[in-house]
Amino acid sequence: MKRKIRLIASLFLVMITLFALFAPLVTPFSYEEQNIEQQLLQPNSTHWMGTDLLGRDLYSRIIYGSRLSLAVGAMTTLFALFIGTIAGVLSGYFGGKLDQVIMRVTDFFYTFPMILTAILFTLLFGRGLIGLFLAIGFSSWITQARLVRGQILQIKQLSYIEAAHALGQSEWNIVFKHVLPQLRGTIVIALAFQIPTNILTESFLSFMGLGLSPPFASWGTLAHEGYQAMLTYPHLIIFPGLALFLAMLSLQILADALRDSYDPKKNLEKSFLQ
Amino acid sequence: MFDFIVKRFFSTIVLLWILLTSLFFLLRLAPGGPFDTDRAWPPEIKTNILEKYGLNEPLFAQYQNWLSHVVQGDFKDSFQYLDRSVVSIIRDSLPISLKLGFLALFFIIVIGIPIGAYCAWKQNTPIDQAFLFLSASGISIPNYLLASILILIFAIHLQILPAALWDSPSSIILPSIALAVKPLCMVIRLTRASVLETLGEDYIRTAYAKGVSEFNVLFKHTLKNALIPIVTLLGPLVANLVTGSFVIELIFQIPGMGKHFISSILNRDYPLAMGVAFVYGSILLFSNFAVDLSYFWIDPRTRRLK
Repeated sequence: MKRKIRLIASLFLVMITLFALFAPLVTPFSYEEQNIEQQLLQPNSTHWMGTDLLGRDLYSRIIYGSRLSLAVGAMTTLFALFIGTIAGVLSGYFGGKLDQVIMRVTDFFYTFPMILTAILFTLLFGRGLIGLFLAIGFSSWITQARLVRGQILQIKQLSYIEAAHALGQSEWNIVFKHVLPQLRGTIVIALAFQIPTNILTESFLSFMGLGLSPPFASWGTLAHEGYQAMLTYPHLIIFPGLALFLAMLSLQILADALRDSYDPKKNLEKSFLQ
Repeated sequence: MFDFIVKRFFSTIVLLWILLTSLFFLLRLAPGGPFDTDRAWPPEIKTNILEKYGLNEPLFAQYQNWLSHVVQGDFKDSFQYLDRSVVSIIRDSLPISLKLGFLALFFIIVIGIPIGAYCAWKQNTPIDQAFLFLSASGISIPNYLLASILILIFAIHLQILPAALWDSPSSIILPSIALAVKPLCMVIRLTRASVLETLGEDYIRTAYAKGVSEFNVLFKHTLKNALIPIVTLLGPLVANLVTGSFVIELIFQIPGMGKHFISSILNRDYPLAMGVAFVYGSILLFSNFAVDLSYFWIDPRTRRLK
């Protein structure tokens, strides 16, 4: 059962990624083509998910919207991963004053609610793709930095690191060849959990009207457009919401699977049993 | 322990001050001002407006002025709502968010922790797997989708609960459910993971060995020790819940504080933004403070710490 669910989740993710990449091939209409005579249609055989206020095909808009949602989610996570790992290594491995400074900065960001940070950054960097990207990226590196630092503090104590020192290896060599590879599992898992979080943050910012300007849209922007007419035309909010929900759920399930497979305790139990 | 409490209390105050000070400068650094319009004002009018609100003074003077008012409990008047003081706006909206947030919190604790513990106890059974899947769904569902589905089912289709507004006692039900689902699912998963970890400890085996009943092992020996990560999560959770959620309040048309949180920043309503941030920051920092104190009760070992 568990394996079946995981398989479905991976297939779904592959599918929406392919759909996002080849959006023009799988959408019957353009995302910006307006058709005033066909406003607010309920789902039917030509417009599978109905049309919006300007007569645009909702299905096509959702497929094109997935491009933005997924890209922002993935790119900001990579960005956060990069900054977070560097900060974590600097503070955990090299320690000292730098560690103090970096930890105070993360403490500070920790008290700031992430949404507030994201909004402030969107204001500072301006609306648009770059603003959105930097806002989410900058507000999500803290967890990564703390995680990496904590792990490194533990690994630093291990005897093979001491051995590397004794062999006269350079600090950078130790970091890149001995410490970071050890962190691979932690980083991959953090990555898997961060992507859905960042997709959700993007959708929240877009829902508040801080996302991209029309005719471009992400799932959050579509839901934002849909919520005003929610009671009369529920399809406008249900379909974008559902797309986001299914993508998030699949990512969550896969992240769980990854964590399970990397769990050192579980493997330990197994090796004891054998 | 007493020293720790005093020290922690003062560092909380300092952190709150840092939070507000940086928000003060960040807000003013952001492009755009509170009185920007599509058409530029004639310069004289602009000067007069800025003068009335003290916005033409040097930034640091504004900050000093603001700080001296705040320590007296005065957050000045809102820019956006004419003739209303920030304090009165918060006094009107905070209780609504508090009520909603605490009801949601009640659901989360009363339902989440027992289910999580039960799942850990029944690890890898179909019922555990079902709850794990349900809670993964609950975490993944965007709150606007959940809110609209709830409204469509209970208000439009069944017509048993009001769809929006804040005018009858039953208005609280749907928004508090919509607010509670995601954190509830997080608590279920966290409790499950934490209980599972504790169940592997030696003293649990000892408890079983001396014949303690399964129920007592689970709820007395395990759960109390497993509570620490859950209580840690509750600190920020309380602050997020009781200060209101922008999306939920928007969809259910509730006059709570969550709306001001976002709109005051978007409209550059500096006094209101600072006031709301003050409330949020104090609740967050003091609930974290309370969380730290509760460790003493949960884990006696911490009492010996300086």
